[in-house]
Formats: sequence, C-alpha cells, structure tokens
Amino acid sequence: MDTTVARSPILPTPETSFERPNYLNAEYGWKSWLFTLDHKRIALLYLLSVTVFFGLGGTFAGLIRLELLTPEGDLMGPDTYNRVFTMHGIIMVFFFLIPAIPAVLGNFLVPLMIGAKDLAMPRLNLASWYVYNLGGLFTLWAIVNGGVDTGWTFYTPFSTTYSNTYVVPTALGIFITGFSTIFTALNFIVTIHRMRAPGLNWFRLPLFIWSTYATSLIIMLGTPVIAITILLVGAERLLGLGIFNPKLGGDPVLFEHLFWFYSHPAVYIMILPAMGVISELIGHFARKKVFGYRVVAFASVAIAVLGFLVWGHHLFVAGESIYSATVFSVLSMLVAVPSAVKVFNWTATLYEGSISFQTPMLYALGFIGLFTIGGLTGVMVATLGIDPHVHDTYFIVAHFHYVMVGGTIMAYLGGIHYWWPKMTGRLYPGFLSKLSALLVFVGFNLTFFPQFILGYMGMPRRYWSYPPEFQVLNVLSTAGATVLAVGYTLPLCYFAWSIKYGKRSGDNPWGANSLEWDTPSPPPTENFYTTPVVTHGPYEYTREDVHNRTTQEANFG
Amino acid sequence: MSEHVITPVKTYVFVFVGLLVGTLATVLVSGLDLGWANNIVAMTIAILKALAVLYFFMELRHSTRMTALTAIAGFFWLVLMLLMIMMDYWSRHAIVLPVPGK
Amino acid sequence: MASSPLVDRHGHDVHGGHSGRRHPAHQFDTMEQQKESSTLGMWLFLVTEIMFFGGLFVAYLVYRTMYPAAFAAASSTLNVPLGALNTAVLICSSLTMALAIRSAQVNSRKGAVLFLLLTMLLGSTFLVVKGFEYADKFREHHVPGATFNFALENAHATAVTQAADPDFQRHAQIFFSLYFIMTGIHATHMIIGLGILAVLVFYTRRGKFDSEYYNPLEMTGLYWHFVDIVWIFLFPLLYLLGAHLHG
Repeated sequence: MDTTVARSPILPTPETSFERPNYLNAEYGWKSWLFTLDHKRIALLYLLSVTVFFGLGGTFAGLIRLELLTPEGDLMGPDTYNRVFTMHGIIMVFFFLIPAIPAVLGNFLVPLMIGAKDLAMPRLNLASWYVYNLGGLFTLWAIVNGGVDTGWTFYTPFSTTYSNTYVVPTALGIFITGFSTIFTALNFIVTIHRMRAPGLNWFRLPLFIWSTYATSLIIMLGTPVIAITILLVGAERLLGLGIFNPKLGGDPVLFEHLFWFYSHPAVYIMILPAMGVISELIGHFARKKVFGYRVVAFASVAIAVLGFLVWGHHLFVAGESIYSATVFSVLSMLVAVPSAVKVFNWTATLYEGSISFQTPMLYALGFIGLFTIGGLTGVMVATLGIDPHVHDTYFIVAHFHYVMVGGTIMAYLGGIHYWWPKMTGRLYPGFLSKLSALLVFVGFNLTFFPQFILGYMGMPRRYWSYPPEFQVLNVLSTAGATVLAVGYTLPLCYFAWSIKYGKRSGDNPWGANSLEWDTPSPPPTENFYTTPVVTHGPYEYTREDVHNRTTQEANFG
Repeated sequence: MSEHVITPVKTYVFVFVGLLVGTLATVLVSGLDLGWANNIVAMTIAILKALAVLYFFMELRHSTRMTALTAIAGFFWLVLMLLMIMMDYWSRHAIVLPVPGK
Repeated sequence: MASSPLVDRHGHDVHGGHSGRRHPAHQFDTMEQQKESSTLGMWLFLVTEIMFFGGLFVAYLVYRTMYPAAFAAASSTLNVPLGALNTAVLICSSLTMALAIRSAQVNSRKGAVLFLLLTMLLGSTFLVVKGFEYADKFREHHVPGATFNFALENAHATAVTQAADPDFQRHAQIFFSLYFIMTGIHATHMIIGLGILAVLVFYTRRGKFDSEYYNPLEMTGLYWHFVDIVWIFLFPLLYLLGAHLHG
C-alpha cells in the first residue's frame, strides 16, 4: 500500500537547499518586498507589523501594571489611566490578537498545506497588509494625540457624546483594519475551496486548515457588523444624532448588542487559529494521529457557528431582559462543549504518543492547561448567578487573559517556533527558546492567577486605584508581568539573531509528516516543484517515523 | 456552469415586469390600513422581489451549490442577528422578577 | 460569432492554454478554476455587505418597535411617488445590467457598452432623484441635528401622534437619522458602482471582454443587483410605514 505523498524530486543537504533559489533570495530590494505578490513574503511583512503593535500594546500593559503596584493612583492621573488601558485593549485586540495567527501563519502556510502555488487572490493579499497598516496609522495618530479613554468596548453614550478624546480617528482606524481581515478571510475561503491539490479531500486537510477555514467564516459574517456599529458611533459623535443616546430616545443597550454581536465571535477568531496550531503541534510532537480527527474538524466549525449565538452574556448586567439572558447563558455553556472536546482529543492524542519536549511542544502543553483554566472560568461567568458579582472585576480580566494570552499568544509563539525553520531555513538556540517558554509560562501565571482572586474579592477593573488590602496580589501580578516581558523579549532577540547566525535547519528538522514539510525550507517561490498528489491524511506516523525523529533531533540544539 | 447557459432576453424582461408589478402592489396595499398585516404583506412582496433578483438576475439558478449556500448563509445570518437581538426587546416586559421585601 | 482581439489579463503573450485563447493567472491551473474562484469571492463579499446593512436594519427594527407612532408619522412625510419611481429606476437598471452581461456572453461588444451606459444613466437618475428628496428634507427641517424640527402639518395628525408618543419629536429624529444613514450608505454604494461601471465601459470598448472572459462584468453585476436588493427592502420599510396614515 502506497502511503507516501509524492515528494519533491530534490532531497538536498542543509547547505545546498539554502543556496538554492528560494522565496527569500529570489529577488532583493525594498520594492520586491513592498510590491510582492508572494504569500510567504506577505506573511513576513505581517510578522513585522504585528510584532510592532504587540510591542506597543505590551508597553501600555506595562504602564498599567506599573500604576497598579501601589494602591493610590500615583504614576498617572485617572484620565490618563483610562487612556492607557483603552489603548492596550484596542491595540492588542484589533491589531495583534485578531490578525496575528491568520495573517502570519495562515498566509504562509495555507497554500503550502494544500499544495497550491499561492492564495487565490495574491493582490488582495498584499492589499490587506496595506489596509492593515493604514488602519494602524489612524490609530497611532490618535494615540500620539492622546488616545481614547472609553475602554476598547466604546460603550455609548460616553463614546458618542461625553468623551473628550480622539474617538473618531481611532474608530476609523479599526474600521479600516476590519477590511484587512475580511480580505484575508475571503482569500482563505476561496483558496481552501478551490485550490486544493489533487487527492486532497476535506478530510485529509491538516486541522490548522479546518481552523483557519472556520475562523474565516466568522470574520466574513461578524466583522461587517462592528464596521457599521463603528460608523454609527462616528456619525452620532460628529452629527449629534441620538441613536445610542438615551437623552434623545436612543438605547445604549442596542450599541452593546451590535458591538458584542461581532466582538464575541471575535474572541473565537482569536482562539480558533490558535487551536489549529495546537492540533498541529500536538500531532507532530507526539508523533501520533490527532485523536478523533473528524470530531476536532467539526468542532472547529461548531465553535464558529455557536460562537455567534452567545454575545448576550456580555449584557447580563446591562439591562437586557431576563429571558434573553437565560437563553444566552444556556447557549454560552453549549459553546464550551466543542472547545472541551478539542482539549480531550488533544490529551487523548498525547496518550501513548511519543512525546518530544521541543520548544513548540512546551508552548502547546502550556496552552492546553491555561486554555482549560480560561475556558472553565468562562463557563463560570456564563452562569447567571455568578456573573453579576464578578462582572467588571479582575475575575473577568483574568478569565479573558487566560484564554487570549495563555491561549492564543502561547499558540502563536509555539507556531512561530515550529515553523520558523520552514520560513527562514534557520534554527534558533534550543536552550534559550525552552527557557523563554518557561519564563512565559511562569510569568503568565504569576501575572494573572492573582487577578482571579482579586476579582473574586471584589477589585473592580479599569480602576486606577484600589483598597490597600489588595496590594500584595497586585504586586505579585506586576512581578509576573515583568517575567512575562522578559519571556516575550528573548524570542525577539534570538529569532533576529538566528536569521543571520542560526544553524541551517535542513528541509524538515522536525521530521514532520505534513505537506508543507515536503518542500524545501525555505520554500521556492512557487512552493512546490511539482504539484503534489495527496494519497493520505496528515499525522500518519509509523514506528519508523518515530525512530527517525529521535536521530534527527540529535542534530537540533 | 453559468457560462454555458445564456438566459434569453425574454426571461429577463419577464422578471423585470414582475418586479415592477410587485412594486406597484406594495405601494397600493400600503395605502390601506390593515394593521399588522401591512408589515407582513410588504415584507412578503419585498422577499419575493429579492428572490427574483437573486434567482434570475444574479443567476443563482445556474450557480454551483457552494454559491447558493453562500447566499443562503448570508441571509440566514442576518435573520439570526435580527431575531436574537429582538428577542431581548420583545421580552423586556414579559417577565417581571419579584423585588425582595415587596 | 464575431471574435474579439486576444487580450490576456496581464498583457502577456497568449500561449494556447486550456480553453482556447486565454491564460489563467499564475496561481490557477485553468480558466474555469479562476472564474469559479472569483465568483465565489464576490458572493462572499456580498455576504459581508448583507451583514453590514443588516446592522442598520436591526437598529431600524428596534426603534420602530419602540416608537411605532413616531416612526409612522415621520415616514409619512417621505415622498412615496418619488420613492416608487426610484425603485422602478433601480429595477430597470438591474435589467440593463443583466442584459449587458448577456451581450458579452453572445459576443456583442456594442450591446454590452450600450447596456452598461444605460445602467449608469439609470443609476445616476436614482441619485439625482435622491438628491431632490434630500433637498426637500433639508427644507422641511427634517435633517437631524441642530436644525431639526419635526412639525406635522396636519393638526389632527399631530394630536394623534402626540397622544400615542409624547416624545415623538425626539423619536422622529431617530427615524430620520436612520433614514439618512441607510439611504446615504446605499447611495454611497451606488456611487462606487457607477465608478466601477465607468471603468468597465472603458475596458469593454477596448475589447477586453468576450464570451470566453467576462468575469469582471459578471461580478459587477452581482454587486449592482445586491445594491438593488437593499433598496427593495429599504423602500417599504422607510417610505410605506406611514402610508396608510394619509387616508
């Protein structure tokens, strides 16, 4: 029985593969990058952009934690503090968490994983990067001029009528960037539907593709709603309309409905690609087929669909009817099911697998634990009896940071570490990368676990001062943030270092059995020398593969 | 595929006339006071007109299943959003919780 | 069947290819794959447009449910004959758009150009009529903002409305806010459509499209028909709400 995928005809040694023409050395000069149509180069452009925004958002986070070291508000005034946490939220949500995995890893990997030469619409792809930066520019301009103080949630009528900050430019920036994600999602859906290699039916696709597909569905259906909502906020602010202003007959709760109709699915936009990465990492680093492949695939789509039906849990204490709240509470518990199914399946994959504790796997394992905590606390706050007590406290802050940082960012880092050799043909220092993973894990928990306790004890969120009895936990949290910052900065340094001085990785340093590894690393511009013909699904490992992995990893520091 | 099937002019004109008739009908009916039925009639006519445009002008009848599914999904999601948001407003006074102490 | 000059999308030499004279873009294998991809892409974009306008329809439905009397009264001041005329104009423009694409399918370049121009003419007519309507609203002080003053001309109608909704002035303003935003965004989409049509007329005259390749025409048609569908819903919701009040 032939279980092998048609391999590219060249199986070179590390040195020769690097000197061969690949997408990095195909053309030189800034024009070849800024006007590129190659999805791989666009992915790297995005990597640069999202990293810049991550740094900016992280700086604001640092300022928050610095202020909260002491109970009194002493580092900055209350208005400034409002701006700081607002900008932290806006930058992290709209300019990092939503685009990062799809636009960096998705752009790079989708054509490679399905055996295509590029995405369906390369010019749209490049346009999406420019649009992203254009939106970013408006928001940056607003930041430089003092930012916004409404919270990233822009609740009305404060944002439409009473705030004296740069709401409209910021909102415009987010509006524009929304189109960037829509372009990317559109491209992914069309590509996955129409450009799969021969033999690659839906159930032979890597789970990362399933997750990316589900994410793209959410983006197409949800993003336009926040676009129109932002437009209404801008119109109301500029023209003095009363759509969301109770004084003029408007309903602020309508804003919340429209806002959260997108913003809740948005968190699934953030977590689904992360889950896709984890499926890849768990499967390949346990050298085992992902347990219940079809169930995990369908769970991705289920999360996408169910994720649209739960937004009302953000309005439990806002004034929505008790009937509505009950429906949303039940649906919110339902959406936890497919997520939990995935966690169980990953765990089952690990069982009797041959686990390798390389850096990407460390991030993946960390993800499973932290996402579980985040997800379970999500079910807690979906409970009508609990939410009124913890709403707007640090319990909520801790919950969403566990899923977004302990979840998405860990998966993002794991993915970058896993596919770095694919993208650059280089390896990074093994010890340093494992140390960073550990620092991130420890730092993260130290930062955010105390916040669960703080919230439960009643410390409100978005407050610039707090009662003195909360100080110890806040100090622990800030200390954790410092460790976390180190853990995030180290990869920046060693990745940059590895581009020039890193050991050559060879085409498949992990010995992974997946279509993107069947082409050289870094890949040629056209991805595959011959169009692959796929005869089996991903993660099909044999005993021999396990043995080969052990010898291969001896070469990896 | 649609590129191999060319819709005759007559079909397009027929649909066009139908759409004009629908417009006339909706304007005339709106002049009568039928209470709630006004809304139902108006929306029914609008939906039928939209379906005609989708099916004939936008060539959904010659399209792939994927295309049809995409169109259906879009409208379905709109209805979902409408209904679930209205669920809040329609039920705001439906259930009144007892106030403790009263 | 008249043949058109060989024009490849990228201006490159045409080398046979699969279905005759044209080459698909480098990431595609066949012209069929390229066509299906762009059609699917356009429909996906239209889905985003459904949800974009959908948010406005939600706001409309919410406030109409909350303030039925004020909404009906405000709606009754809109010009139904003009609105109906505009509806007919748009429906006609959908017909001419469909006929333009059909002309390309049968290799009639002149027909395609003619019908595209007719579509543009009808679309412009719509916008001109809309302009007159907006001017009317401005004159009547129904534009939300500082100049807003919703005084029903009929004393009886005013009394009835006020009895049903004492705050009907503010609530009527919400109606007009939604009216201007919904029709304004719709008009913006039409203006963009006109721009795209102008570009298409330019390329059609140069012979870029024929029975083997008329994708951009088809996709623009989808966009145009969608904008028509939005108006098909806007018209009864905005104009006909209070129509029975006149009687």
